[in-house]
Amino acid sequence: MAPHAVELDEHLFRHESGRMVAALTRIFGVHNLALAEDVVQDAFCRALEVWKFRGIPENPSAWLMATAKHRAIDVLRRERTARTFAPELGRLIESEWTLAPAVHELLGPAAIQDDELRMMFSCCHPRLAEPAQVALILHILCGFSTGEIAAAFLSSNAAIEKRITRAKKVLAGSKKLFELTAADFAARLSAVHRALYLLFNEGYHGASAESAVRVELCGEALRLAGLLRRHPMASTPATLALGALMCLHAARLPGRVDAAGELHTLFEQDRSRWDIQLITEGQRLLDLSATGSELTEYHVEAAIAAVHARARSAEETDWGRIVSLYDMLMAIRPSPVVALNRAIAVAQHQGAECGLEAVRAIDGLDRLAAYPFYPATLGELELRRGQTDRARGHFCSALALARSPMERRFIERRINACRE
Amino acid sequence: MSEFLFLYRGGDSSGSPEEMQQNMRKWVAWMKELGDSGHLKAVGNPLEPGGKVVKGKQKSITDGPYAEAKDMVGGYTLIEAKDLAQAAELSKGCPIFEKEGFVEVRPIMQINM
Repeated sequence: MAPHAVELDEHLFRHESGRMVAALTRIFGVHNLALAEDVVQDAFCRALEVWKFRGIPENPSAWLMATAKHRAIDVLRRERTARTFAPELGRLIESEWTLAPAVHELLGPAAIQDDELRMMFSCCHPRLAEPAQVALILHILCGFSTGEIAAAFLSSNAAIEKRITRAKKVLAGSKKLFELTAADFAARLSAVHRALYLLFNEGYHGASAESAVRVELCGEALRLAGLLRRHPMASTPATLALGALMCLHAARLPGRVDAAGELHTLFEQDRSRWDIQLITEGQRLLDLSATGSELTEYHVEAAIAAVHARARSAEETDWGRIVSLYDMLMAIRPSPVVALNRAIAVAQHQGAECGLEAVRAIDGLDRLAAYPFYPATLGELELRRGQTDRARGHFCSALALARSPMERRFIERRINACRE
Repeated sequence: MSEFLFLYRGGDSSGSPEEMQQNMRKWVAWMKELGDSGHLKAVGNPLEPGGKVVKGKQKSITDGPYAEAKDMVGGYTLIEAKDLAQAAELSKGCPIFEKEGFVEVRPIMQINM
């Protein structure tokens, strides 16, 4: 008899890896993070060997967790004198009567949800730079190998390996996992928001040419933002706004890159390909986020995305509203990229001339020197003014800065447009 | 129809969770294919990596595995095929080749009384 071929959820192993490492680290103590990772790797090897022959079990997640649980109990029993484990396990591991029930309790579904959150907060340790926090989240909670992260970030394996090894050292040295009842919960929550926002943007605007990779990174950010929302303390207006912003942007992903792998700007996207379900969910979260007194950058960015989502075309967009939202965003979190996007909205609202003026007025233009969409924007606006020679010059500068074949092809199309 | 034993030797099953899931999917699909085409007599079993070797007149017991890890048998399957050539051909679909492992194809001895 052939084993029955139950289809596994896509990325089940990756997601279960995150859940299991988080839960086992809770039991073993954060200083034993590497041990938790070993136990999880063991459980996967076992699953692979058994499922090859027996087929995929009815409940693969429960199977994996049960296997990890047995391993964990073995490890605790074998090493309870040689190692110290999590202090909250205390004397429960000293006796056979209490060891197994304690582990069962700590690996129950309710406990695991909190464990994932604790790990997410722990990864955003203030001693870690933001890129290290993002890499650590991807590695531990999303189950990406260093090689897979390097490929997604167009970085070298060695560089990511180094970043993650260092970050793990900081994490393992932090004595214990972050407690959700800690006094600095709010501060840490905003670091988590930032990390998830960066993770999402890496997928949305990132350098990787492969749209599958980008969609996956966005998907992970959405999943983790969902975990935050399900926890009563973490489900703040900023968390809801962040979720809204991710949904509303992710809704545009199918229109952003077409079947042939070509990049399309907001202006030329086939809006019928936008994901209505995500737009609806994003709008719902945005409505829910409109409580409290704090207006975050996530609220404003989500509001901008919502204006776009409502418009049937670029021409029918309420550009005046978008310019004023960008003004708000500049007041909360000013940056040259935000200013550039504001200038594009100004050009839509009041014409290319005003747009160019807004570009020239950007503070810290030098920080956009390596950003291909800066010269590309200048090219676009010059082209609209009929200055094709100038436009072509700008597009050629943009071409030299392109970070992927997809960006290169996109800019080449614009250069060709200068000939028409 | 004759019977053959596939012995799966070596093969590195470690990797990132995503790679392991892909590997697993290929194995399940391959086993299903063997079953659907009527070549799978018994799906067989995976073997634990460790073991004991009992040897000599003294029956001394040592820790196995005795072969090098890269040649170690990790599992077996019972196959039905027309002849050895067909059985060997069938083994080509095994995902173990992507992981530096190999398949040993052994005819089960036919006893004609």
